[in-house]
Amino acid sequence: MELFLQQVFNGIMFGSTYAIVALGLTLVMGILHIPNFAHGHLYMLGGYITYLFVATLGLGYWPSLLIAIVVLGFVGIIMEAVVYRPLNEQPHINAFIAAIGALLVLESAVEVIWGPQGMRVPNPYPHTFEFLGIIMSVQRLLVIFGAILLIVLLHLFLKKTLTGTTIEAVAQNREGAMLNGINVNRVSSLTFFISSGTAAVAASFIAPIFVISPAMGAIIGMKAFIIVLLGGMGSIPGAIIGGYFLGLIESLGGGYVSAAYKDVIAFGALIVIFSIKPTGLFGKKEG
Amino acid sequence: MLSVKYLTKNFDGLVAVKELSFDIREGEILAIIGPNGAGKSTVFNLMTGTLAPTSGKVFIHEENITGLKPYQIVKKGVARTFQTTSLFDQLRVIDNMLIAYKWRTRLGFWNTLFHTPAWKSQHDQAARNALETLDFLGLADKALAFIPTLSQEEQKRLAIGIALVCKPKLLLLDEPTGGLIQEETERIALFIKKVRDQGTTVCIIEHKMQMIMGMADRIVVLNYGQKIAEGTPDEIKTNQAVIEAYLGGDVHA
Amino acid sequence: MITKPLHTKLLYGFILLAALLLPLYVPDPYMFQVVIMSLIFAIAVLAMNLIIGFTGQASLAHAAFFGFGAYGVAIMTKAGISFWLALPAAASISALIGLIIGPPALRTRGSYFAIVTLAFGVIVWIVAGNWVQVTGGHNGIFGIPRPTPIPIPFIGAIEFFDQPAQYYLVLVFLLLTLFIMHRIVYSIFGLTFMAVRNNEPLADAVGINTFTTKLISFVIANFFAGLAGGLYAAIIGAVSPSVAAHLLTFNFLIFLILGGMASLAGPVVGAFAIPILMELLQDLGHFRMLFFGVLLVATIIYFPRGFVGAVRQLNDKIAARRQAKS
Repeated sequence: MELFLQQVFNGIMFGSTYAIVALGLTLVMGILHIPNFAHGHLYMLGGYITYLFVATLGLGYWPSLLIAIVVLGFVGIIMEAVVYRPLNEQPHINAFIAAIGALLVLESAVEVIWGPQGMRVPNPYPHTFEFLGIIMSVQRLLVIFGAILLIVLLHLFLKKTLTGTTIEAVAQNREGAMLNGINVNRVSSLTFFISSGTAAVAASFIAPIFVISPAMGAIIGMKAFIIVLLGGMGSIPGAIIGGYFLGLIESLGGGYVSAAYKDVIAFGALIVIFSIKPTGLFGKKEG
Repeated sequence: MLSVKYLTKNFDGLVAVKELSFDIREGEILAIIGPNGAGKSTVFNLMTGTLAPTSGKVFIHEENITGLKPYQIVKKGVARTFQTTSLFDQLRVIDNMLIAYKWRTRLGFWNTLFHTPAWKSQHDQAARNALETLDFLGLADKALAFIPTLSQEEQKRLAIGIALVCKPKLLLLDEPTGGLIQEETERIALFIKKVRDQGTTVCIIEHKMQMIMGMADRIVVLNYGQKIAEGTPDEIKTNQAVIEAYLGGDVHA
Repeated sequence: MITKPLHTKLLYGFILLAALLLPLYVPDPYMFQVVIMSLIFAIAVLAMNLIIGFTGQASLAHAAFFGFGAYGVAIMTKAGISFWLALPAAASISALIGLIIGPPALRTRGSYFAIVTLAFGVIVWIVAGNWVQVTGGHNGIFGIPRPTPIPIPFIGAIEFFDQPAQYYLVLVFLLLTLFIMHRIVYSIFGLTFMAVRNNEPLADAVGINTFTTKLISFVIANFFAGLAGGLYAAIIGAVSPSVAAHLLTFNFLIFLILGGMASLAGPVVGAFAIPILMELLQDLGHFRMLFFGVLLVATIIYFPRGFVGAVRQLNDKIAARRQAKS
């Protein structure tokens, strides 16, 4: 029972990370129809920026997190403008290939600067305690509740602010929005800023708990991609539910079945689900 | 030769085509007309297997073809064109024709790999057929040209040619003159008559009333997915329901 | 169907001659090894080109199928089976797995297909790293026998223990692959692949079973990916999970895109030139992949048909200008 609860707790924590990362990706894929396969690498870079400011420059955890958001936001903007915008009119697959190029750039840039080995961000809240037989730490709780707060804030932004509704307008009808005088390029930049910024938050939250490495972007990027495709491109509830769901099954599967094959679950589920329903669980047609 | 029986198609609760029945007779030119959004293209898509009907059936010579895939329906002798000119625009004119002829041949992997005698004869036959059809289209001298170098009219012609290369019994044309000027439209109309005279039955969706009236043997009029009239051009011109459907306007417009 | 102009034929003849004489002028054994690897990669990239370049389906499980071939040959030859039996068997197994995974995967389109195949690739990679009894886990399999000598009456036997012999062996397989790809691509059968890439609804409407067409292309591609993997295992003498990793798929993709999609010369140029370029840039360390990442993005934006496509464009322009003058 205790093992079960512990795995559920860990699952929710991983799920929080997956949910935020998938949320950022679903915005880009649903609104801009860009298969940003390098999203996981933006997350990875976010972890390293936090590391740079916390560990190397000795800044506090929270200021570093804010800086990481802004830095990643701008990396996202640059990526959209340089990599994806020129490919707007090209076949989808070209953007996908460009994304692979972009992720190779990000991964090797981090390797050039910090080396291929793992790094540890000092934990600001290392205090651990036991609750219902589950070992928790303040930082782990921060991951969980920080994610919830972020999701709520993002929801309010998209539904209640003028800028947010503009983004939704572009999502629904790109040409129509353009005719109504909405600057689509600016919306693209903004969407990328939010998407990359949230990835940085997810990375900064979880970086003090685990080792960060240049290779971590690839796997989480693929998982986020899978969550988005299964949950429906552009579907925010799909990304959130999918994220938590994946976190939980991975954690339980890893605890009870096999730790080595933990990652197989997500990828296997994807293949099985797509072979039954080729457009995903909440299948919309591909844009 | 082809009959549509009680065909219905719903899209998320919206009825696009409702209880539609009509026949296409051997050797005629049948036109399907109707205001925008009347469900004309949907009917084509249902007849050719691009869409699956919610209910109803399609028969060719008494054979039920409902539920077959587009590539299977072609093999029953029903070829179609699309509303927006649809070509293999990365390839050459001749390649477009050869691709459309492929299903008639046994030019599969093994025959291609070993260049068997069957490969040789069928390959030659395909090329001969493609060139003959291009000749018929008046595009013989463009065989090696790439699609983007063709004029709009030539592209429309080629799109029909792709459907014709396998000598279908029935040709379905979806607005074959859309976007063309008067003079070009007339040439395409003449060409379509020529196709019919060669023995191919034609079913055509059109907007251009004048052209239809001068060309069709019979007309089916759709509005809101339902048939409101059927008859010869003269009958349609004076049909009250048709005139109302076109907002009481002049059908010749 | 297109007859090549004389100067192109001369160029290909010259390249073939240079390839046949290569052992005479290759600078050192290390570079020789790089060249042999390049030729093996060229086979794999030609295969990738069939499914991605010609058929337009971004299969990102390519390294997994390369891995099936490599592990297949490794396991079979270590069990005492002749290389000449193991190689076609391994390639066929790779094709067969493609035939099994293809139908569910090919129900998806566009980036969905890319991600499904990538997911399959990752699973294969993880299994290769953990199924210790069969794959040797992360350490892989060592001491794979070299290709079995071919006995020739009265003369002795052709053995594959030195580099020139291995080089010619791989070259023969590359030429064979090129020959088969040429037959496919320049045929009505091959046109159907391009038809599916170019306009799938129209292909369907003119009687092409697009699903089967994609499946055939996928299976052929996986056969040759497995063939390349099998050659790799026997020539290198060791395999590890990295031969099935998605990073290798990305490498193949770089070779393909930079060399030039949807041509036969492109994959060969890419697979030959880029590994050599990577060796020459070895001092740059991780900067190398940074460089190739940037190059990949720039190429797909400005020269989507890669180096070979750009050269052809230039060629056409010069020809057009010459025509305009005369």
